[in-house]
Amino acid sequence: MKPSRLNACGEWVLDRFPLASLWKDHMTHYYAPKNFNFWYFFGSLALLVLVNQFITGILLTMNYKPDAKLAFDSVEYIMRDVSWGWLVRYMHSTGASAFFIVVYLHMFRGIMYGSFKQPRELIWIFGMLIFVALMAEAFMGYLLPWGQMSYWGAQVIISLFSAIPVIGDDLSLWLRGDYVVSDATLNRFFAFHVIAVPLVLVMLVFMHIVALHEVGSNNPDGIDIKKLKDKDGIPLDGIPFHPYYSVKDIAGVGVFLIFFATIIFYMPEMGGYFLEHANFIPADPMKTPEHIAPLWYFTPFYAILRAIPDKFAGVIGMGGAIVVLFLLPWLDRNPVRSIRYRGGIYKKALALFVISFIALGYLGTQPATPVMTNIARVFTAIYFGFFLLMPIYTRWEKTKPVPERVTMDLTLEEQFPAICEVFEEITEAASAPDDDGHQHAFRSVFFSRRPNPEGMRNVATRLAKKLKKSLD
Amino acid sequence: MKNLTTLLLLLTLSFGVRASEGIELQEADVDLGDKASLLRGAHHFVTYCLGCHSIKQIRYLRLALDTHADEKEVLRDIAPFGASIYDNLHSAMNKHDAEKWFGTQPPDLSLIARSRGADWLYSYLKSYYADSKRPFGVNNLVFEDTAMPNPLWQLQGEQHAEIRKTIYGDRIDLVLNKEGTLSEKEFDQMVNDLVTFLVYVGEPAQMERESMGKYVLIFLFLFFGLAYLLKKEYWKDIH
Amino acid sequence: MNNEGVDQSKRQFLTTALTVVGAVGTGYLAVPFLSQMQPSVKAMAASAPVDVDLSKMETGQLLRVAWRGKPVWILNRTPEVLKTLTTLDSQLADPKSLESIQPENSKNAMRSIKPEIFVAVGLCTHLGCSPTFRPEVSPPDLGDKWQGGFFCPCHGSWFDLAGRVYSGVPAPTNLEIPPHRYVTDTLLIVGEPAEGESA
Repeated sequence: MKPSRLNACGEWVLDRFPLASLWKDHMTHYYAPKNFNFWYFFGSLALLVLVNQFITGILLTMNYKPDAKLAFDSVEYIMRDVSWGWLVRYMHSTGASAFFIVVYLHMFRGIMYGSFKQPRELIWIFGMLIFVALMAEAFMGYLLPWGQMSYWGAQVIISLFSAIPVIGDDLSLWLRGDYVVSDATLNRFFAFHVIAVPLVLVMLVFMHIVALHEVGSNNPDGIDIKKLKDKDGIPLDGIPFHPYYSVKDIAGVGVFLIFFATIIFYMPEMGGYFLEHANFIPADPMKTPEHIAPLWYFTPFYAILRAIPDKFAGVIGMGGAIVVLFLLPWLDRNPVRSIRYRGGIYKKALALFVISFIALGYLGTQPATPVMTNIARVFTAIYFGFFLLMPIYTRWEKTKPVPERVTMDLTLEEQFPAICEVFEEITEAASAPDDDGHQHAFRSVFFSRRPNPEGMRNVATRLAKKLKKSLD
Repeated sequence: MKNLTTLLLLLTLSFGVRASEGIELQEADVDLGDKASLLRGAHHFVTYCLGCHSIKQIRYLRLALDTHADEKEVLRDIAPFGASIYDNLHSAMNKHDAEKWFGTQPPDLSLIARSRGADWLYSYLKSYYADSKRPFGVNNLVFEDTAMPNPLWQLQGEQHAEIRKTIYGDRIDLVLNKEGTLSEKEFDQMVNDLVTFLVYVGEPAQMERESMGKYVLIFLFLFFGLAYLLKKEYWKDIH
Repeated sequence: MNNEGVDQSKRQFLTTALTVVGAVGTGYLAVPFLSQMQPSVKAMAASAPVDVDLSKMETGQLLRVAWRGKPVWILNRTPEVLKTLTTLDSQLADPKSLESIQPENSKNAMRSIKPEIFVAVGLCTHLGCSPTFRPEVSPPDLGDKWQGGFFCPCHGSWFDLAGRVYSGVPAPTNLEIPPHRYVTDTLLIVGEPAEGESA
């Protein structure tokens, strides 16, 4: 086709579809703050993982059989007899865990920089709905391999609904479609996992992004960049998303894929955290495994469930731990968004929250001994304390003045001299030369240095002081 | 703070230790690159295990392809008489007999190495000892009151348990009572071959996966390098 | 933002390089994704050669066996049929089987290794229906011209009892003959080429 013909075809489409203006509005003329840092990669990465799950998921359904008699073997069939089936399956199973890693970091970013605050409350709500849909998706997907953990995990989680007074038993029966988890349950979970929930997810992701592009992105300083504009109406601190953030996100994708591929090719089970050992035994409704634990991304909530010594209250606690996140925009009374300019009390509270979330996550993977349960109770209290006391302690906060313009973080290259300096300080040059007298250039720089305890102590004290100061 | 310290302590203690009913496991030396060991293991499996246990998820063809062995040799040296290269390793024992003899059906071993781990299997096969209280006269240290008799006893010989008092409490040692047809070293080698084979059948793709991984990573580093340079080039505009 | 003094050619080069590398990566990723839709090892196992015992076969009988999931016909042709087959050339589209698929050992007048035993894949070369076996001569529904053969009910293609297609019907070529060989006089293997031939 001649170029003119091609152009004519292109224009024919453009006259009928607003591709150019969509591209303009959301890429080349969408102005994002120029000071995005490391934490701002995870939104685009979540989208990448979503696409990965869709493509690999569609391929898996071509060979998977949602039938209690065939499901387990069909997964092994994919792993062995289908060409490249193992790669597709590992991409899907690793992708599930990667999704939660990315989403948790993305949520933490939002909490840290106050991205949920006015005017972005709705973005946060859509995001939380995505999180809930994702949990449903992951939970139902985990039943499909029909291993021991799939089976008993589903049995336990569905039984949670029976804790609801009056309707509980009938509700859980209705969810299962049988008196225990069975073929009927597997079939409906398959339907939800491959079509119903993904549709909801796509819709929510769309609304999440639409809402974001309506009000504009937040930034690590929590400043509203639309306040200061140049004569053309472009925010002074804004840069076009494309090309600046598209090229930056592609580099981020590169780093993410390196980690992703390392797991897929070298540690797909991730020591039993991404694929549990007991799930390599076919589901046996007559025998529960000795120790059942959900996959790592559910364990913080699972630990809260176990920490509360009452069936109904436990379920409420577990649900509440998620519901309370929805309320975040109204619990936080402080108008300052970014952690950089917030008071020490909020910084300490957030640090405690992160510690308790990780600790609960760990405890959820472990057997529930009395000691562990007590520790889990303490952390559960901290978890809820962070949210429920927030309306009180955020009022006492002594915040710092928020600057007018955004501040740029140092890049890795700019930090390099400082890193070298620290390295110089914590090591010292060794006195003894090589045995044979001559030195290799590389060795003399790197390996001929010995650790310097005094320097290390100095660096540690400085770090501790800096940490203490930033928390005040 | 105290809780935090306890937690950190627990964290450090629990990593790297895979709970296994309190018995210290012996380490298997699994090297899937050692094709000879793998094929010996396959041969041992067909000779000593296939009577009761299937590995329904693997075909002789796959074994031949992955070990670069000749299909005809695999059929002659490993597979039972009359098997086809496309056959899976199915046991001839029927369900009814199995339940009569052992009280339970011997499990399919396709994924045993993924659910139990190589060290567990290695230790298990070496930890049988004479125990007159059990129906087959043997018990196992790693898997107490196992329903499985020791198929390798003629090779290993007969072990019995000796209780030794230590400061940590009682410890059970297994001592060889009656010599087997193999020396201890030969027997260890044989069990190791068998475990290597079971690890292989747990995930036949793992050799391919690991050999491919490095090329993928090299490619991704190249991709990242270029993406980083491009990002740096564009971001020169931003001050 | 300041676009002055930017080395546009470097930008262009890096963009092109990254696009190429990204495209290569996507290409490599597409290979496993697409080839996972290829027949699996299980399908290949089911496509193994099939043994057929001919010792109990009667004259005029048609045997059907499955090879790669397809119907394969084995027909024991009567002497009369063999005689009729030599008279049909003028009505056929490809009487010499030049356009059709068959192993070398069956590329002859009777399209078979032994004249009386005819082996063919029972799928119409038009759109893959399985034709019906109609050995009778001039039945009322097919008319006087019918000399016995295979009739495809889907789109009305005619084949004679050597699997050769008549002219003027939708099917373009003769029925496919699968690779096959005789181990003994009465034991046939379908799906394995004869010695010295490739599949």
